[in-house]
Amino acid sequence: MFKINSRIALFIPCYVDQFYPKVAIATIELLEKLGCEVTYPMEQTCCGQPMANAGYERDTIGTTKHFLNTFKDFDYIVAPSGSCVLHVKEHAPTVHGLESEQHHIQHKIYELTEFITDILKIDSIQGSYPHKVGYHASCHGQRGLRLASASELHETPFNKGRQLLQQLDGLEWIELARKDECCGFGGTFAVTEEALSVQMGKDRLEDHLSHDVEIITGGDMSCIMHLEGIARRNKTPLQFKHIAEILNEAIS
Amino acid sequence: MNHPTKAAEFLSDGANAKWHDETLWFVRDKRDSSSKTVPEWEELRDLASRIKDNVLDYLDTYLLEFEKNAKANNFHVHWAKNADEHNQIVLGILKKHQCKAIVKSKSILTEECHLNPFLEKHGIEVVDTDLGERIVQFLNQPPSHIVMPAIHLKKMAISDIFHEKLQTEKGNDDPYYLTQAARNHLREKFLAAKVAITGVNFGVAETGEFVVCTNEGNADMGVHLADVHIASMGIEKIIPKRGHLGVFLRLLARSATGQSITNYNSHFRSPSAGKEMHLILVDNGRTEQLAREKFRNSLKCIRCGACMNTCPIYRRSGGFSYGSTVPGPIGSILSPGLDLQKHSSLPFASTLCGSCSDVCPVKINIHEQLYEWRQEITKAQAANAKSISMKIANGIFAVPFAYKISAGMMRGALKFLPDSITYSGLNTWGKQRDLPELPKETFKQWYKKNRS
Repeated sequence: MFKINSRIALFIPCYVDQFYPKVAIATIELLEKLGCEVTYPMEQTCCGQPMANAGYERDTIGTTKHFLNTFKDFDYIVAPSGSCVLHVKEHAPTVHGLESEQHHIQHKIYELTEFITDILKIDSIQGSYPHKVGYHASCHGQRGLRLASASELHETPFNKGRQLLQQLDGLEWIELARKDECCGFGGTFAVTEEALSVQMGKDRLEDHLSHDVEIITGGDMSCIMHLEGIARRNKTPLQFKHIAEILNEAIS
Repeated sequence: MNHPTKAAEFLSDGANAKWHDETLWFVRDKRDSSSKTVPEWEELRDLASRIKDNVLDYLDTYLLEFEKNAKANNFHVHWAKNADEHNQIVLGILKKHQCKAIVKSKSILTEECHLNPFLEKHGIEVVDTDLGERIVQFLNQPPSHIVMPAIHLKKMAISDIFHEKLQTEKGNDDPYYLTQAARNHLREKFLAAKVAITGVNFGVAETGEFVVCTNEGNADMGVHLADVHIASMGIEKIIPKRGHLGVFLRLLARSATGQSITNYNSHFRSPSAGKEMHLILVDNGRTEQLAREKFRNSLKCIRCGACMNTCPIYRRSGGFSYGSTVPGPIGSILSPGLDLQKHSSLPFASTLCGSCSDVCPVKINIHEQLYEWRQEITKAQAANAKSISMKIANGIFAVPFAYKISAGMMRGALKFLPDSITYSGLNTWGKQRDLPELPKETFKQWYKKNRS
């Protein structure tokens, strides 16, 4: 049960801090508009995911320990990234001596949209966003954190991002041919399997373009950075925004 | 050659790669529609997964039960520790029957054992009777997919091969015409073969029978016309009871091709009068995989191929890019157990998107095992450039001050380096992608000014 005086920490992925401060700003402003008091612990660095996914999980103990010490005293940790949250929950190595703090954090860390829908339980959002929006469900958010139903599974369709976006006046949610295919970012995969990564990104962009999408959004800036990078290089007329930016812009 | 190189080669023919992706996506899509007609689909997956877990927990017991019952059914039962023992057993049976030509229905296990080249070396003609397998056999290629061996070939390519090998009309790529030509050609081979080899989809411990699933009926045609039937079976293909087929057969066909049932699900219980049946139980690394805690449940695989059809990597790089008998996601968690060095690039040929695990009818956590193999591979490799940079990175992220300095340097470098360097071959990211525009300040700087 969410209490109004809960201590909420904002966890901003390292590349968002460096390259997309606007996404972090939108996240904090959005949470404030929704009535939360949010703290950004200044000591935070990285969750260790890039190293772990490259096969060096064992070398991230120091990073993980620092993460736990930075965030252990909060009731909730919120991040505008499904991927980094999944890493903290499932792949960060066990830090001896901080087992109970780690357990607490694994159960108190949330991706932004699920924090709004499941913890804040906001069921009505007032705002207007008259655009054709295509949603890129990041795989780690979707199949990892189960932020949306997966097309492979026989389950009732749901999508926490869509649940929020569709409340905005004028927003047109665009259905895609392949609604949850990977964009090909995949961390170091983007570099080690460059040819495949780029082809996968191009194919995703084509799906959005052929359905007249104006703006591609999603919950993970890493996927969007990759898609936007390809679109810019090819002068593709698409805009890219993190879902926090859209919600923050739309909600007055 | 490693996966990225072969994938880039495959993608260099853009039109073909797009066709390959769409063809396999079509199969994945059919699988989706078909599986969704079964209301209890997720329960079936769960049940199948738990039955297979039980099989792996008691594999020794079930195998002995299966052997006992199979012998009581008048099967000759053989045990093969590895591929070589398997091939020698097959050769021994062929020699005993003075057999110089055999027919073989689809069996990925015999591919894994490289049986064809072994037998050919001993002067025996092997004819693969599955249409797709016959096509790749004509080309001297391995199958590129475990269920659809020739899925990488277009109609016209098959027309060309048939023109050369079966003297069909040049340029005629009518599927019916080509299939008729293959039927006539294979008919002669079926009639001449004294020995037929098949794989095994399920070995039933309680009855000592086994089940072979094909769409073309070629396994049955081969076996019924021959005097001797040799069935090669991986030891993990056991299921405890015949009743469990009601779970697995429903999952297998829908997952593989979207069919509600495979056309022929043939039960082999005992030899007909005057005929012989041999069952070869093959280990070939399976016991070792069973001993690997994190990877053992890869042995639950029923070889439906759904993880290949769904995999965005497989669809865009083709089966041959993996360089292993079983390609795709499941192959990438099985193959490193057989040869870690040779297959070390395979667990990295994934974005860890997780689609393979969600599509798997026996709920193998494929993408999590890919992640775990990465950890094993980097441990096995000597300290290389990447591991050193990862250790430095860990040092940086563990110390906020170091992170600030190095991130600042990265931002600084990006700002001042000319595009010719940022986007050169030195920077793989930038070859076909722009980098994000550099903001004036980091979030950390903004927060300090505006909130603290």
